Amino acid sequence: MIEVHELVKTFNKGKVVAVNGVSFRAKDGQITGLLGPNGAGKTTTLRMLYTLLPPDQGHMTIDGINPAHESVAVKRAIGVVPDSRGLYDRLTARENIAYYGRLHGLSAERIEQQIQKFCDVLDMHEFIDRKTNGFSQGQRVKVAIARALIHDPKTVLLDEPTNGLDVMTTRALREFLRGLKAEGRCVVLSTHIMQEVAALCDHIVIIAKGQVAAEGSADKLLAQSGRDTLEDAFVQLIGSDEGLLS
Amino acid sequence: MMAVWWKEVMDNLRDRRVVLSTLVFGPLFGPVLLVVMLTFAERQTAERLESALELPVVGAEYAPNLIGYLERQGVLIQDPPAVPEAAIKSEEEEVILRIPSNFAEAWEEGEPAPVEILADQSRRYSGTTIARLRGYLRSYAGTIGQLRLQMRGISPSLTRPLNIQTVDLSTPEARGGTVLSFLPYFIMIMVFVGSMHMATDTTAGERERKSLEPLLINPLPRWQIMAGKLVATTTFGLATLVLGLTAFVVAMGFLPLDNMNMTLNLDFKVAAWVFVMTSPAALLAAAMLIILASFAKSYREAQSYMGMVVLVPMLPSLYILINPTKAEQWMSFVPLLSQNVLILELVRGEPINFLWLGFCIASTTVVALVLAAIAGTLYSRPNLIFTSD
Repeated sequence: MIEVHELVKTFNKGKVVAVNGVSFRAKDGQITGLLGPNGAGKTTTLRMLYTLLPPDQGHMTIDGINPAHESVAVKRAIGVVPDSRGLYDRLTARENIAYYGRLHGLSAERIEQQIQKFCDVLDMHEFIDRKTNGFSQGQRVKVAIARALIHDPKTVLLDEPTNGLDVMTTRALREFLRGLKAEGRCVVLSTHIMQEVAALCDHIVIIAKGQVAAEGSADKLLAQSGRDTLEDAFVQLIGSDEGLLS
Repeated sequence: MMAVWWKEVMDNLRDRRVVLSTLVFGPLFGPVLLVVMLTFAERQTAERLESALELPVVGAEYAPNLIGYLERQGVLIQDPPAVPEAAIKSEEEEVILRIPSNFAEAWEEGEPAPVEILADQSRRYSGTTIARLRGYLRSYAGTIGQLRLQMRGISPSLTRPLNIQTVDLSTPEARGGTVLSFLPYFIMIMVFVGSMHMATDTTAGERERKSLEPLLINPLPRWQIMAGKLVATTTFGLATLVLGLTAFVVAMGFLPLDNMNMTLNLDFKVAAWVFVMTSPAALLAAAMLIILASFAKSYREAQSYMGMVVLVPMLPSLYILINPTKAEQWMSFVPLLSQNVLILELVRGEPINFLWLGFCIASTTVVALVLAAIAGTLYSRPNLIFTSD
C-alpha cells in the first residue's frame, strides 16, 4: 500500500517544478497506473518513492515506511524496474540477477531457487546463461524485472515497462503483471500509452504538469469527462493532446 | 559491500581490454623498457669506445707528424668532404678535424699551433667521439710538451704543481641507484595505470550503461556501494603493483650489470618493502581516480580526465629528477613524494629509516582515507546518478 500526499519536487533551485502537489493511493492487490504525457512528472514521482530523490515537500509512505527517512528499509520492501535498465554486458543474465540477490543479502540457494522461478514465469531458459550484450529489448526487460523482484517484494514499481517492446513481449509482460496482482501485491506502473492503462490498470492516476488531473477507475474517468473513449477522456482531463502520440 | 567487490572484480576480469592494460602492459612496460634501454645504452657506449675512430681531416698535409701519431693510435684518417661545415650540419660526419695552413708556421715558432674540432655539440651522440679525439690531441700535446721541456733540461713535473685525484667512495649499489632513479616513477605510474580502467568502468561506465540507477535501489547504504567499488579498484592497483615489482626483480637478471660496474639492489626483499610503502598509495590513487571518474558522464569523458591525473604521480618524481637534493624528513610527510624518496634510498642499498617509513605510510593512508570518504559521499548527489536530467 502506497500513500502519497501533496508531493512537491523542484529542480535547478526551484526554477523547474517537476512535481507540484501530487497525491494518490495505490492499494495492495491492484495495478495502479500513472498516466501522463512526457515530462508530466511521473518518473520524478516514482524516483521519490524509490528513494533516489528526496521530496521538497509533502509526505509519502510505502506500507507505513517513509522513503525519505528510512531509505534502506523501503528499498528492502520494494522491487523497482526503473526507466534505465542497464545490465552488465560482460555478465550472463543469471549473474546479473544473482548480483542483485547478493546485494539483498539472500542466500545462494534462495537466489538459485528464485532464478529458477523467474526462468519459468518469464520464459528465460533459453538465454539465462548467455552474456547480456547481444540481448534484445524484450530479453533485457525480462532480466531487469527478474533482478528487481529477486527478493520477492510486496510492492512493485515499474517506470514505462513496455517501452520498446514488441506486441508479443508486451502481452507476456501484462500477463506477468496480472500474476503479481493476483498474488496480492501492490503494483504501480507509469506509462504514456493509453491502451496500457485501459488493458491493465484497476486504478488510474492522470498526471499533467506535475499535478493530478483526475483519478479513478477507467469507467469513473469516462463518466467524469463525459466522453466515450478513454483517449478522449484523457485529452479532456489534461486539457490538451500533447504527448499522446506514442 | 563484498558482493559489489566480487562482482566488479569478476566483471572486469572478463574485459580483455582491462586485463591487458592492467595486468599485462601496466606491469611489464617499466621493466621491459628498463632492460631494453640499459642494454642498448651499454652496447652503444662500448661500441663507440672500442671501434676504430674514423676521422676526416682537412689540411692533413700541414701536420704530418700529428697525423702519424693519430694513425699509430688506431685512428683511420679519411679524406675530408668538400664542404666540412655542411657535412656536419647534414649529419654526414660526426666530427671533422681541421688543421689550418698556419699550423706549421706556429709550430716552428714555438707558438700554440691551432687545430679545430668541427662538431655539432647539440647532437648528443657526438659527445663520445669528441671526447676521444680530444683525448688523443691532448696526449699528443702532452708528449710534445714534455719533450720540449726535457730538451731544455727542465723536469716536466715542474709544470704540474697539482696532482688531482678523485677518490670515488660510491658503492656499486649506489651507482646502480642512479640507474634506478626512475624506478619510483615507474612504480607510481604502475599503481595509477592499474587502477585507471577499473575506476572508470565502475563509475563512469556504470553511468554510461545506465545501470547506476537500478544499482542504487538495492537496500544498502550508498557509501557501501562506493566502498565496494573502491576496494575493487584498489585490488586491481595492488595486483598491478605486485606483478610489476615481480617483473622488475626478474628483469634485473637480464641486465649487463658487470660491464657497467654496478649492482642493482632490487631483490624480492627490497620489492616487498616497496610494496609495503606503496600500497597506501594504491588506495589513494583509486580514490582519486574514482572521484574524478564519478563526475564523468561517459567512459570517454572519464578517460580524458585520466590522462591528466596520470601526471600527478609524475610530479614528485620529476621534482627529484630536476632537483636532486638530499632526502629530508619533511619529504616523508608528503604522499607520493615520500614513496619516491624512500624507494630511492632502498635501491641505493641504504638501511631503512623506519621513522620515515612510518610517516610515509601514515601520511599517505590519511590522505587516501580522506579521499575515500569524499568518494563515499558522491552517490548522495542526485546529479551524479541520473544521466538524462
